[in-house]
Amino acid sequence: MSQHTAGLAIETVGLVKTFGETRAVDGVDLAVPTGTVYGVLGPNGAGKTTTVKMLATLLRPDGGEARVFGHDVVREADDVRGRVSLTGQYASVDEDLTGTENLVLLGRLLGHDKKAARERAAQLLEAFGLTEAAGRQIKNYSGGMRRRIDIAASILNTPDLLFLDEPTTGLDPRSRNQVWDIVRAVVAQGTTVLLTTQYLDEADQLASRIAVIDRGKVIAEGTKGELKASVGAGSVHLRLRDAEQRPEAAEVLRQTLGARVQLEPDPVALTARLGTSASDDTAAGQAARALGELARSGITVDNFSLGQPSLDEVFLALTGHDTQASQAATATTASKDEVAA
Amino acid sequence: MSTATTTETRELAPVSAESLAALLVAKERPPRPSAWSASLTFGWRAVLKIKHVPEQLFDVTAFPIMMVLMYTYLFGGALAGSPKEYIQFLLPGILVMSVVMITMYTGVSVNTDIEKGVFDRFRSLPIWRPSTMVGYLLGDALRYAIASVVMLTVGIVLGYRPDGGPVGVIAGIALLIVFSFAFSWIWTMFGLMLRTEKSVMGVSMMVIFPLTFLSNVFVDPRTMPGWLQAFVNNSPVTHLASAVRGLMAGDWPADEIAWTLGWAALFLLVFGPITMRLYNRK
Repeated sequence: MSQHTAGLAIETVGLVKTFGETRAVDGVDLAVPTGTVYGVLGPNGAGKTTTVKMLATLLRPDGGEARVFGHDVVREADDVRGRVSLTGQYASVDEDLTGTENLVLLGRLLGHDKKAARERAAQLLEAFGLTEAAGRQIKNYSGGMRRRIDIAASILNTPDLLFLDEPTTGLDPRSRNQVWDIVRAVVAQGTTVLLTTQYLDEADQLASRIAVIDRGKVIAEGTKGELKASVGAGSVHLRLRDAEQRPEAAEVLRQTLGARVQLEPDPVALTARLGTSASDDTAAGQAARALGELARSGITVDNFSLGQPSLDEVFLALTGHDTQASQAATATTASKDEVAA
Repeated sequence: MSTATTTETRELAPVSAESLAALLVAKERPPRPSAWSASLTFGWRAVLKIKHVPEQLFDVTAFPIMMVLMYTYLFGGALAGSPKEYIQFLLPGILVMSVVMITMYTGVSVNTDIEKGVFDRFRSLPIWRPSTMVGYLLGDALRYAIASVVMLTVGIVLGYRPDGGPVGVIAGIALLIVFSFAFSWIWTMFGLMLRTEKSVMGVSMMVIFPLTFLSNVFVDPRTMPGWLQAFVNNSPVTHLASAVRGLMAGDWPADEIAWTLGWAALFLLVFGPITMRLYNRK
């Protein structure tokens, strides 16, 4: 990499980290635009945390280059540290100290004087709904509270780039939604967020661009739309009035759309997976055509919905194995899956 | 799930998006803290930990009291005629021995701490790199001071009368703390190098027992075999014990003080950089 490309918060080229025999990160190229949420999606052990640690100057890369706002993460580590914040996979706060003490401690380390550090701590605790728990030790916090204090600690000084390493792992759905709201609020103020996650819907909800990473390599990269389009335009779900008409309806869908039709367990329901190659039509256009044909054939459709392909399907299509299989493969260090290769 | 968790979840107030946004608008950053200020802040963290877990003061209170009582009455009669005579000689030595022994807990606390997520945050802050470690040692210096005061008090109760008066005693303790601060970098190194708390403890014992016992803390080295005298007379603990003994007795043992400070500088210059290298590579 010669020069810093304007508008990029993170640029990596051929980033490598090995632990003994394992190539945890095996030539990762990333280009993260400023002001967005960039999702790094992958199963456990894919190399997400290792990548984040290298970008946050906590681990030295064994190969390749990484720049954060144009600063090399090894040679200009201090400049990088001045502009980023890290919320690790495990609470990056001191468990023995109280919420207030943690924030005041970090505020002082960031250069605030005693008074300013206390004020900022109180304001953050208030904004994060933690005022009541301010005087309690972190080890007595619930999972959701820990995540909040952790993120609060990361924005004591508004960072230009925030690393969120699996911010919702182990949280209940409600706390997860609250963390998502916080992430949205942070990005709305102009901070770039690099979010790693193993939850496909989390990347779907928050990120505008996504890199799918598996076994230390980026296997796909693009906007959510691009990634989804790569596995097809989506699917049409239909519910018929009369179960007896289902075989006929399936035939009509096959002929009009050239789609794979799946009969659901519900005897009146069926799903047609739309292919991209079928036509230039959008998913909605294809669905409209299908509905017209069905009506002409005298088939009554009670209800229909258009489904976008889920990132689950994307992952399956890209790797040839689902996320579970990938974890198992990583765990047993099995040789490369034929389908994936 | 436990009742406590459910209560907490229910208590949890919603995140206020507006006040959060207002906080995030403030983009100005204060200048970075100085090396000294960052170190002091980490020292404050160590003090807060003592406040929350006061049991950890056990090793600087009960342990030193036990050391004074045990050795005064165990060896007093045999070595000096009576415990009261012996304590005049023993107290500065046992003070040195106990504090130098306590330093090894630094390694254990560094080792248990480094595995926690908070260390990743500290290491990603734009601050003077050694300040985290210096902070530990500043907190520990406070512990050493507490241990020293406790032991002196017990000693005085048992009949120890320092001829150097308050000035001599304070000078002796100050020298002891300076040495311990420098010496502790061995433990920060082991704390970062070894994988488990147990191995840190094991290695520390192997270093600390010979180093403190093979010294002039208990007896005059003149009765020892020649090869042992060679070791004992050049041991940093012997120099430190002699210097502290001299200062508390109202002398000015310049040679011994110089040797002690020399050793302290050596420990700091060798093990400080190794510690920081390990810290940066962790």
